[in-house]
Amino acid sequence: MKPISRRKLITSGLAATAGVAGLSVAARMAKSYGLVPPDSGGIYGPGETLTYAAQRLLTRHSLAREFPRSMISSAPFANVVSPMNDAFKQHQAAGFADWRLTVSGMVAHPTSFSLADLKSLPIHSQTTEVACEEGWSYIAEWIGTPLYEVLNAVGVSPHARYVAYFSIDKDWWESIDMADALHPQTILTMGMNDGDLPVPFGGPLRLRVPRQLGYKSVKYITHITVADSLKNLGASQGSPEPDFAYSWFAGM
Amino acid sequence: MQETSQLTDPAISRHSAVVRVTHWLTTLAFFALLVTGGEIVISHPRFYWGEVGNVNTTPLFSLPIPASRGTVPTGFATLPDQNGWSRNLHFQSAWALVLTGLVYVAASLLSGHFKNDLIPAQGERSLRAIGAVLAKYLRRAPPDPAEARSYNAAQRITYLGVIFILFPLILWTGLAMSPSFTSAYPVTASALGGRQSARTIHFFVSWSLLLFVLVHMAMVIHAGFRSRMRAMITGRIAVSQPIPQPIPQEEA
Repeated sequence: MKPISRRKLITSGLAATAGVAGLSVAARMAKSYGLVPPDSGGIYGPGETLTYAAQRLLTRHSLAREFPRSMISSAPFANVVSPMNDAFKQHQAAGFADWRLTVSGMVAHPTSFSLADLKSLPIHSQTTEVACEEGWSYIAEWIGTPLYEVLNAVGVSPHARYVAYFSIDKDWWESIDMADALHPQTILTMGMNDGDLPVPFGGPLRLRVPRQLGYKSVKYITHITVADSLKNLGASQGSPEPDFAYSWFAGM
Repeated sequence: MQETSQLTDPAISRHSAVVRVTHWLTTLAFFALLVTGGEIVISHPRFYWGEVGNVNTTPLFSLPIPASRGTVPTGFATLPDQNGWSRNLHFQSAWALVLTGLVYVAASLLSGHFKNDLIPAQGERSLRAIGAVLAKYLRRAPPDPAEARSYNAAQRITYLGVIFILFPLILWTGLAMSPSFTSAYPVTASALGGRQSARTIHFFVSWSLLLFVLVHMAMVIHAGFRSRMRAMITGRIAVSQPIPQPIPQEEA
């Protein structure tokens, strides 16, 4: 081994200092531009942050792939969900006539929508793929009200950064950033392939987030809240998924 | 220590610091990706061709192994779900691999590593030259002393194939499974025939990389495990004294 020269030592020292300073500036800038996910702590935080930041820089406004109707899967797979609670069973027995979606948080007019109210807003349909983190997938046509129509109706605060959405089973919830919340393909889905959305696929109301994996498309939605931070929700990681080591951002 | 005789031989510089550091970082990332990739496959050990595939559709093939999900019909008991941390570590390792690869490629372009060490010399760009090397391996002849200083034609072609075909392909097929990435770059999925085709190709490219690693390790042992490992760690390798008429030498 050659002894390290003084010049080399000084240069390396300066380079290391500049590197550390550069990283901390980059981290601060990433935070202020909304490039840091809520589950950025922990040993997988660097990977999570790189993935989320890269996707937000590259794909913020891009549209999920849509497919011709001829590609709609004849045998979609609904997956299994935990047994329904009594509240859901009562709604199901009543044909979901009294199903309501409440919207609260950083909005000008907290509102409770019936399914008929939602259907009176502009309706969109999209033929997109559900891709599960396990590896399987199917294509279906999804029909419903874009989330941004609901958010416009209630008046979202300009300081809002996240939208959290809850299933009738209160332990089942997720959240997305405003890029996904205001995205034209993020829709409160009530119909599938020209019929009502079947219960196994999330009927009567499922939030489809087609640019992310299936687990972000929570079924049986009853409540939405708009927030500038996810700190006060659950374990502050934006969803229960990070508790099971799954990523909050599932666009991959 | 049996190295006394080798230490008397002059040690020459064999691998640059960039090659050594990126080699071991890649090794670490590769094994993390291999183990976690296997774990992810276990959640759905069925493979499909085209855009979609799930338990209701006919697979291209199924692995005869148990699954970590009860929804997959395997005939075996269900294994515990380890998909969450596996996916996190998989993507974090993929980032490590990509960043390491970028450093390696950039540094190699600057230093002439590809041109000097990997692109076969003029007279060795033929199947016959590669065939001659392979025939020598099959005879299990000891390595040519020149191979302590540089790679033979078969090694060069193999390394170039791994660096410029297999690694880009594994990255591409991985990204083609990302619903966010394909929203911005849909051709990355459609050019492969769809999301499920990408997943199936990803699986086979993983096996190709594993095959490379196994052959690579066998070759390191064949060429002299201690001397080759020391070269990839310290950068230096002991070479025999140049002798006008090479006398066959037994490597220790």
